[in-house]
Amino acid sequence: MTDTDVAPTTPGTGASAPAAVPDVRRRPRPTGWIAPGVLLLVALSLPFSTLTLPGVFEGTLNSPPTLHLLALCLVFGGLATSYDLLYGRVGLLSFGHALYFACGAYTAALLMRVLELPLLWAAVVAVVGGTLLSLVLGAVSLRVNGIALAMVTLAFAQAGSILIARDPGRATGGEEGLPLHTAAVPDAFVGVVNTVNLYWVALAYAVVATGVVWWLTASPVGRVWQGIRANEQRVAVLGVNPYPYKLAAFTVGGGLASLGGVAYLLVTGGVTPGITTAEFTLALLVMVALGGAGTRWGPLVGAGLYTYLDHRLLQLGGSDAFTALPAWLGAPLSQPLFVLGVLFVLMVFFFPGGLVALPGRVRSALRERRSARS
Amino acid sequence: MSTVVLLVITGLGLGALYFLIASGLSLIFGLMDVLNFAHGAFLAIGAYGTWWASVYLPGAGPDGFGFLLAVAFGVGAGTLAATLVELCVIRPLYGRHREQILATVGLSLAVPALIQAVWGADPLTFPRPELVAGTVGVLGVNVPTDRFLLIAAAVAVFTALWLFNSRTRYGLIVRAGVQDRAMVTALGIDVRTAFTLVFAIGGAAAALAGALGGLYFGVVTPTQGMSLLIFAFIVVVIGGTTSLVGTALASVAVGLIQQFANYYTVAGLGDIAVVIVLALVLLTRQGGLTAKKSAERVA
Repeated sequence: MTDTDVAPTTPGTGASAPAAVPDVRRRPRPTGWIAPGVLLLVALSLPFSTLTLPGVFEGTLNSPPTLHLLALCLVFGGLATSYDLLYGRVGLLSFGHALYFACGAYTAALLMRVLELPLLWAAVVAVVGGTLLSLVLGAVSLRVNGIALAMVTLAFAQAGSILIARDPGRATGGEEGLPLHTAAVPDAFVGVVNTVNLYWVALAYAVVATGVVWWLTASPVGRVWQGIRANEQRVAVLGVNPYPYKLAAFTVGGGLASLGGVAYLLVTGGVTPGITTAEFTLALLVMVALGGAGTRWGPLVGAGLYTYLDHRLLQLGGSDAFTALPAWLGAPLSQPLFVLGVLFVLMVFFFPGGLVALPGRVRSALRERRSARS
Repeated sequence: MSTVVLLVITGLGLGALYFLIASGLSLIFGLMDVLNFAHGAFLAIGAYGTWWASVYLPGAGPDGFGFLLAVAFGVGAGTLAATLVELCVIRPLYGRHREQILATVGLSLAVPALIQAVWGADPLTFPRPELVAGTVGVLGVNVPTDRFLLIAAAVAVFTALWLFNSRTRYGLIVRAGVQDRAMVTALGIDVRTAFTLVFAIGGAAAALAGALGGLYFGVVTPTQGMSLLIFAFIVVVIGGTTSLVGTALASVAVGLIQQFANYYTVAGLGDIAVVIVLALVLLTRQGGLTAKKSAERVA
């Protein structure tokens, strides 16, 4: 049971095989596109559905509050996937991912507000800026490894967070953040009536982020990443310099995060300094590890669950069901972060590998029991 | 001149606060390779424990001897929490550093949320004993007395840790464990006791930092620990991750840089200056100012 980072992909290879290395030779099966296709179809059809899921969502599926929550889940799903590119795919422990997300959101908001740029150009500049920022900071930070990398990325992100909170030149709005400058945005993205369009934006972002990460990890670059994750020194000994590959992952992750920042700005209609903090990056880490790091669906599942619980528990906290509970039980349960934190610690203990590894674990446990009986 | 004196003493006070947090972090990191994100939670427990005791605990109070008792209660609560975390959360995950970090991340989210659930998110006014309420004249400057209390506490903790490290048998085991854990185990010494011990010591120091930080800031909030923790991390990395003297020097340097830069340039630039110093140290002298051992062994 030393295999913790990855789902048990190849059961039965024996204890001598290094457990943390997934099977490199596995090619994508032709049937591998069925599940994503079906899910995408479901996601595309959601805004046309008047289904009600009592207890899960308030109102029908295509009502604005539900669509808004789903859009948030999708934005964070894409963002968590971009973080997983660093954490799960290459094994880089970065604690500064919030910086690039915030960079995208704040740059786009400022460009629209101050320079009155239209949305498209603001988005382009914000994403290019976020990518360049992650390229430069990545080039500096990746000179160190492991915990030192975690610290230096954390410190850079903290500097950005302080900068935004101090409100230089009254530009970033300090504690209150910036509202979306609606004059620069097409009317289709403004107002509660148009929540469905925001849902499309969020879905498009999630598809782009997931698509890029999946495509890159299946490419030859992805093979090198897999090698770096398993054993960086070995990759270096084999004659491949890991540094440019790590920097590539860092830059792509940062670029995708800043694109996510623009999507977040549209979906929530503004930005607050909460997304710049170290806690936000920790939340990303929790999402990725909760779902399953380095897997296709893990970050999406984890981010969806985290965002959903975060919002639903807050709503439920004020409901009758909670006020009926005794205070010592009801008060902690109405704090989403308490529930999520405890859930996460339990997860680390009992289901390492995340939620997506759960079916495989159950299956192998059943198989073991069956073989023990026969 | 008077401004400089005030800035130096305030900077030293802040550095003392950083040292109290960072000393435990660096002990834990040096011995166990655990980046302890839950340290901020111990700080919050210490702060809220002290506050609670000063209001509700019989015998304790916001002043004089009662306040000492309240601080003792807070420190005790922090120590207990740290010991429990080590025994119940860290110990089952020995040898799996990434899982240990993840588990402490989960705790760092859950504990402040729990505190917020019980006492609310609003800042609570911290008791201010008569003894440290006023100011003291130093070279013609009025310096708040609580700064001196912080410095004295940090010096006391430093001395105690120094004596523990160099004079006691457990200190010897801890030092040997930092150097080469496998060898200590091979010599037949159970390092796990030392693990629990450093966690308890770190928790006690962090809880003391929480109580004194309450004095320094005048209020306690559930999330106070996190922002202090980030600077403590920076101190640990600049100080070289394993050395007590390095941590002390780095905390003084970080506190002074922050105060001076914040005063003489734009407010907030001091915090950023500290980050720049960290980047420079990491990139030029990998492993910190007094490094003997590289900081990049883990994860």
